[in-house]
Amino acid sequence: MAYTKRFDGRKSFSDLRPIEAKAGVVPRAHGSALFRIGNTIAYATVYGPRELHPKFMQNPKTGVLRCSYNMMPFSGAGERVKPGPNRRAKEISLVTEKALLPVLDLSDYPNTVVDVFIDLPQTDAGSRCAGICAASIALADAGLPMKDLVAAIAVGKVDDKLVVDLDYQEEAYEDGPVADIPVAMLPSTGEYTLLQMDGDIHKDELYKALELAKDACNKIYEIQKTALKEKYKGQEGGDEGGDVE
Amino acid sequence: MSASLLNDTMQQHLTNALNKGIRFDGRKLDEWRPVKVEYGISKTAEGSARVKIGETEVLAGVKLFISEPYPDMPEDGSLMVGAELLPMASPEFEAGPPDVQSIELARVVDRGIREAKAIDTKKLCIKAGEKVWIVSIDICTVNDDGNLLDASSLAALAALQDAVFPHYDGTELDYRQKTKQKLPLTKLPIAVTVYKIGKNLLVDPSPVEERTFDVRLTVTTTQGGMLCALQKGGDGQLTLDEIKQMVELGLQKSAELRKCLKA
Repeated sequence: MAYTKRFDGRKSFSDLRPIEAKAGVVPRAHGSALFRIGNTIAYATVYGPRELHPKFMQNPKTGVLRCSYNMMPFSGAGERVKPGPNRRAKEISLVTEKALLPVLDLSDYPNTVVDVFIDLPQTDAGSRCAGICAASIALADAGLPMKDLVAAIAVGKVDDKLVVDLDYQEEAYEDGPVADIPVAMLPSTGEYTLLQMDGDIHKDELYKALELAKDACNKIYEIQKTALKEKYKGQEGGDEGGDVE
Repeated sequence: MSASLLNDTMQQHLTNALNKGIRFDGRKLDEWRPVKVEYGISKTAEGSARVKIGETEVLAGVKLFISEPYPDMPEDGSLMVGAELLPMASPEFEAGPPDVQSIELARVVDRGIREAKAIDTKKLCIKAGEKVWIVSIDICTVNDDGNLLDASSLAALAALQDAVFPHYDGTELDYRQKTKQKLPLTKLPIAVTVYKIGKNLLVDPSPVEERTFDVRLTVTTTQGGMLCALQKGGDGQLTLDEIKQMVELGLQKSAELRKCLKA
């Protein structure tokens, strides 16, 4: 009855699915990235700082970050997803913005907007976290001033096991309790910038799950840095310039 | 795809160069950038493809579902084409409901496939008058470096080639279980858009060329000189002689493009 082995064959409950990250995948954008974790693929593109319209939304003290999360119509496992922002997409866009804001300093760009577009051609759970991971690489690729990257992962509980990086099958587990906790963090300080939860979990398990998220985010952080270094490898001042951040 | 104008000097410079047979990127007027078609880029779609023309990149995905047929065609399945000029692809694209540009793009792609009868819609019938398969194709732009129209048409076609039916037992549709059954594709209609700038005809435009053209003609062809759809765009006019030249060029280029698809 109990959940003893991961559906997709991962060896451990704390294993991440295979990850691939690449910076600079959309040449027209000022910054861009592709982040793939298992069967979830997220593109993130950054445009700006650019003029913000309508004008009343402008902030004379700082630039504004605007994120939009979009599932391509064929990216859901079931039926076609109707194009355009629905309630879910709008909420995810909002929490994505809040997850990224703490590392950004846009005070040098008053009255502007930095647009981040997150577009998913294929999803298998964990899409908001994949979007945040991609967005953070894309923001750095755009050359914006940042204090840190942001890494994100979903942790949680499936039956009696604490699990890292749930896939759809695990989220949909029916023979016991499930908790899904998407988390984003600043790897260098260990602070959390995204925290959501749905399901059933005891507080002690929550604390443990959040510890697990920290380890996972550190792994993702390394992959994000590698993606950025890879893009600028061999370019002037790139290779020996030390860390990307 | 933008309607915004270049300044006069740049436009003059471009036209002068074209008059000498020179394009800014060094190509001949009838020369395409490298075309790459990649199949199966989205596992959640029933069929999908990525098309790259130079740095232009477009994704297309097919989703299949079951619905009632149209009352006037009780034994035919149907086709839907949607296109989104995602703001990720260009600083000129904005979020929001489809604008006229993306509607035209979707309709031109739709018309090519529909009028060529590329899909045997009779074979999409499950129970006459009650249940048929609906084929929906969605096109998403990733990077706009010119010629989204032809790229989209090619991507839509490749996604159709890639598509397989999900498992259906007569009552329930299981998207997670794919069959090996392919879509009933009978033809491969390929769109080539020929642009007229001054008195020059060219194909596969760059964004700069797209901004300054006078007239364009999208020629969608199947095999053996057969046309299945046309679409004239732009503010200018065409002589019969020009139309002939554009159609000939379209036919010639579509034969080259057809080689990029799997047989």
